[in-house]
Amino acid sequence: MIPRPQSHSHALGPGVTGPELLVPTSALLERPPAPTPLTPSCGGHAFMVDPLQLHEASSHGDAGGPRQHTKYPYVTGTSVIGIKYKDGVMIAADTLAAYGSTKRYKTTQRVVKVNNHTILGAGGEISDFQHIQTVLNELTDEDYRMDDGIEQTPSEVYAYLGRVMYNRRNKFNPLWNSLVVGGVQPDGMPFLGMVAMQGTHYVDSHVATGFASQLARPLFRERQHDDMSEEDALALIHDALKVCYYRDKQSINKFQVAKATASGITITEPFCLDVKWDYELFKQPTKWAVGAW
Amino acid sequence: MSWSPYDDNGGTVLAVAGLDYCIIAACTRMSTGYSILTRDSSKILQLSNEVCITSAGMQADAKALHKVLQMRNIMYQHNHSKPMSVSAVAQLLSNTLYYKRFFPYYTFNIVAGLDDAGVGAVYAYDAIGSYERSGYACQGSGKGLIQPVLDNQLKADSPLLIPPRNTITSLPLDQALDLVKDAFTSAGERDIYTGDEVEIVIITKEGTRKERLELKKD
Repeated sequence: MIPRPQSHSHALGPGVTGPELLVPTSALLERPPAPTPLTPSCGGHAFMVDPLQLHEASSHGDAGGPRQHTKYPYVTGTSVIGIKYKDGVMIAADTLAAYGSTKRYKTTQRVVKVNNHTILGAGGEISDFQHIQTVLNELTDEDYRMDDGIEQTPSEVYAYLGRVMYNRRNKFNPLWNSLVVGGVQPDGMPFLGMVAMQGTHYVDSHVATGFASQLARPLFRERQHDDMSEEDALALIHDALKVCYYRDKQSINKFQVAKATASGITITEPFCLDVKWDYELFKQPTKWAVGAW
Repeated sequence: MSWSPYDDNGGTVLAVAGLDYCIIAACTRMSTGYSILTRDSSKILQLSNEVCITSAGMQADAKALHKVLQMRNIMYQHNHSKPMSVSAVAQLLSNTLYYKRFFPYYTFNIVAGLDDAGVGAVYAYDAIGSYERSGYACQGSGKGLIQPVLDNQLKADSPLLIPPRNTITSLPLDQALDLVKDAFTSAGERDIYTGDEVEIVIITKEGTRKERLELKKD
């Protein structure tokens, strides 16, 4: 409430304010100039930016300071994998958001549904991924408002995200993510692509980001075919997730697999995989090794 | 660990101009660091029946550059009722690259096709738009391995001679095509970023023909 100097005179009665007093209170002294024919009634007035003042403000680094750019990620997701199979595509990731070496958030969803035919998985900075989801929601809201039964196809979402990532890198303020986009096109063909933080993008039958590009991709190169069955595809995904969990320190044994087919999208509840740690050589490592590990 | 807006996605591109043909070839491997991202990514953009552009270097910049050129190409055709000639595309690319002189497209480009007289034309560029027409050119990660082979086989007269001699090769098309294929198989042996497949576009007055050559996948 802006204070106005008013009279609360007994003469007027209780609860009544009279006309404004002309006493020099702060409200009166700091009032913006009354609108004249040359100044707008919204209260705007001419001003000049003093470069010296601006420079001082920026060196203090406060809210009026220079724009901050992403230099390094803080809360990160690790690998994302995706393969095409006979009926569509599968994209999978674990549910960990790490804070450096700390396994901070163990129930993040890193594979999400974009619309009825497109799924998206992301590794890298989680806050940037949340921003991307917001931006994609604006895109799909537009489709909803058009209400003509047409949605963005997976290749359109892929192209859109490619432009978003490239434009952010052009401003030297990247979205620190590796994105995997997949789905089924209107003509029934599966689509799978990857977009990286510099705007590098490609389409292929199998994609992987982060550690999975070293660990899982060789498995895909050997075992993935575009016409593989759903059981084979799921088995391949599980093996790939398992090897990523064994060898990537920043991962946990809790995964989600998103599946896109012509009939729609399903994302599994988080599940774990059987892993084996009781190898003999693990139990007493120094017993069999020359020297210590 | 400072973030860089640039990344080298590897790959080799090459073009050879003949008296009535032009061959453009690019390997389809896309890499980052020591990993292969995909074995099947195209580096060539065919702007019209007579003109192709191919770019090695950073794929994100190359694709963005190709989008800009394709858009300008379509605008040109609407405005002038004819497709762009090779020399027009060459100048346009040079200007487009120099426009980003202070944040360059990390691309090493070759524009190739048939000029107005039907003779093969090849223009090679650096990242900021300096260009020159020649009889053959190669760019990209395998450039150092291929360029000497082309220099030896395509017997270009010295560019220092006055009057300037034509650098367009008089080899027939099939021999030049064999040379291009040999150049790529040789580069694929020693350059880790060259391999998988080579996409070859052959432009003659009859039209455009495409071929694919398989390379080693290691």
